[in-house]
Amino acid sequence: MHVVVFTRSTPDTAARVEVDGSGKVTWGDAATVVNPWDEYALEEAILQAKANGGKTTVIAIGPELHNEALKHSLAMGIDEAIRVWDDGLEGGDSLSYAVAAAAAVNKLGDVDLVLFGKESVDVGTDQHIYQTARKLGWTTLAYVSKIHAVDYAAKTIRVELLLEEGKQTVASKLPAVISVMKDINEPRYPSFIGIRKASKANIPVWSLAELGIGAPAPTTQVTAYRNLPARETKTEMIEGTPQEQAAALLDRLIEEKVL
Amino acid sequence: MSAVFVWIETFNGKAIPASWEALAAGKTLADQFGVPLTALVFGQNAAAVAAEAATYGASKALVSDDATLADFRLEPYAALLTKLVQDSSPKAVAAAATSRGRQLLAASAADTESPMLSDVLRLTVADDKASAERPAYAGKVLSDAAVTADGTQFVAIRSRAFKAAEPQAGAQAEVTTVAPVLSEDQIATKVEAFEAEVGTVNLTDAGIIVSGGRGMANNPKEPPAGTDKPDVWKAQDGFENVLKPMADALGAAVGASRAAVDAGYIPYAHQVGQTGKVVSPDLYIACGISGAIQHQAGMRTSKIIVAINKDPESPIFKMARYGLVGDLYQIVPALTEEIKKRLGK
Repeated sequence: MHVVVFTRSTPDTAARVEVDGSGKVTWGDAATVVNPWDEYALEEAILQAKANGGKTTVIAIGPELHNEALKHSLAMGIDEAIRVWDDGLEGGDSLSYAVAAAAAVNKLGDVDLVLFGKESVDVGTDQHIYQTARKLGWTTLAYVSKIHAVDYAAKTIRVELLLEEGKQTVASKLPAVISVMKDINEPRYPSFIGIRKASKANIPVWSLAELGIGAPAPTTQVTAYRNLPARETKTEMIEGTPQEQAAALLDRLIEEKVL
Repeated sequence: MSAVFVWIETFNGKAIPASWEALAAGKTLADQFGVPLTALVFGQNAAAVAAEAATYGASKALVSDDATLADFRLEPYAALLTKLVQDSSPKAVAAAATSRGRQLLAASAADTESPMLSDVLRLTVADDKASAERPAYAGKVLSDAAVTADGTQFVAIRSRAFKAAEPQAGAQAEVTTVAPVLSEDQIATKVEAFEAEVGTVNLTDAGIIVSGGRGMANNPKEPPAGTDKPDVWKAQDGFENVLKPMADALGAAVGASRAAVDAGYIPYAHQVGQTGKVVSPDLYIACGISGAIQHQAGMRTSKIIVAINKDPESPIFKMARYGLVGDLYQIVPALTEEIKKRLGK
């Protein structure tokens, strides 16, 4: 049994992300970390492999910056890390990502389960996840909050999905691509030994030629980044006893027509 | 024959409100392209939902009411959408960027090698191609993304970014019935159970949100003797018996900060922020929330923000329109009382 996790490096969630004068996105001195959603996917892969005696591989598609996320994954306890990158993937979109991701999974060959964190906080989408599943021709199980059971021999899986309206339990077949939610587990911190081992790891880079595919043509393009319009910051402080504060606030909210 | 398709998302046979916003976004595209606006309705009660879509501006509807489409499952839904796209090459396909809408559009865009723009806040069209303004870096910056390839353009519309049309009673759409593509034995995924989240309003659709943070643990009520984690008990009690009554009086959804969720005060489904839900209600009332940057990313597009916090230095006050310094356990009950009095509930 072989579980693959896709990850990427993103600015730390506490980072102040801005667009500089040249239109580039920057996050100052803030750390670049593993995409926060992916920690849950990595933890789940480790748990699955441990319970079933299988192996785990983590893959990042992107330039060297993404080694950060791969090293964090290795430090957590993932067995192998691979980075996929090629000049032909520069400026790619979700569809080109999916084509490369599916080719990497196919190259590994024996994969039963592919895990993603719910979304990537940098690009802010999850569409590449479902598109990877379609390119593989596998089942998609999105927003998984619990894996009830996986039978790798019978190739079946039962999971709980977190929908907008509640929790749904579904049964499906492997191989599958699943995206996991935050309440699926409690990700471990990398151990000291894990960090040391990861820091020495030599992470192979797979090119498009090694994946056996040509450069996928992007269908969309990010043309510009912009800072958010400044928020109106005129704050009115409402003072008095709690009752007076409540009455004054209600006056304002009714005046503003939000009630 | 070309068109702009809009998938009308339903749950239990009813259209979700964000679908009408997506239909309004689709209408602007249909007008630009000079093609009809076609509603796609799959699943139980499809004919009635299609009739409702007509009142919201759809001139045509493609409906498929079949047992295999009763619950949303990606396999049969995507197979059907992909076939409809292949058969009639619409100019664009739009849907609300909900958990289901994102999956469906992304899957079908992949099947048909088509461009997709997600979480669209604003749309423009030039030379027959759509461009969108959308959030990036979890809402910390904005980006412009443009379709560069030919083919059907898939756009997933962010909740509350577009305004639904006023329904026109009596408006009719030309309805065509379509057959599902997959039969039940071709569908691997089976729905076994569903447990509704009781008594909550959907956060992303909510016009008003009342959120609690770490300050919820300052509940003056004493937990029963021997309670393992008194702070957790106090905060949970506060969410249930102090915050929720105010939310109910306002018809609001209950949100929470990451700190409150991580501490076990309230389930993750309520989390607002970078690793939770991104919301933009008309009114956001933050109670006992300091306003860490992760939280701000999830709620900064709210129209009016009210902050209630005992610490006047909390960053949340910097982004609030109204600030109330004080104990939320005194202010929120007073507010609830006042809301009931004024709104007559």
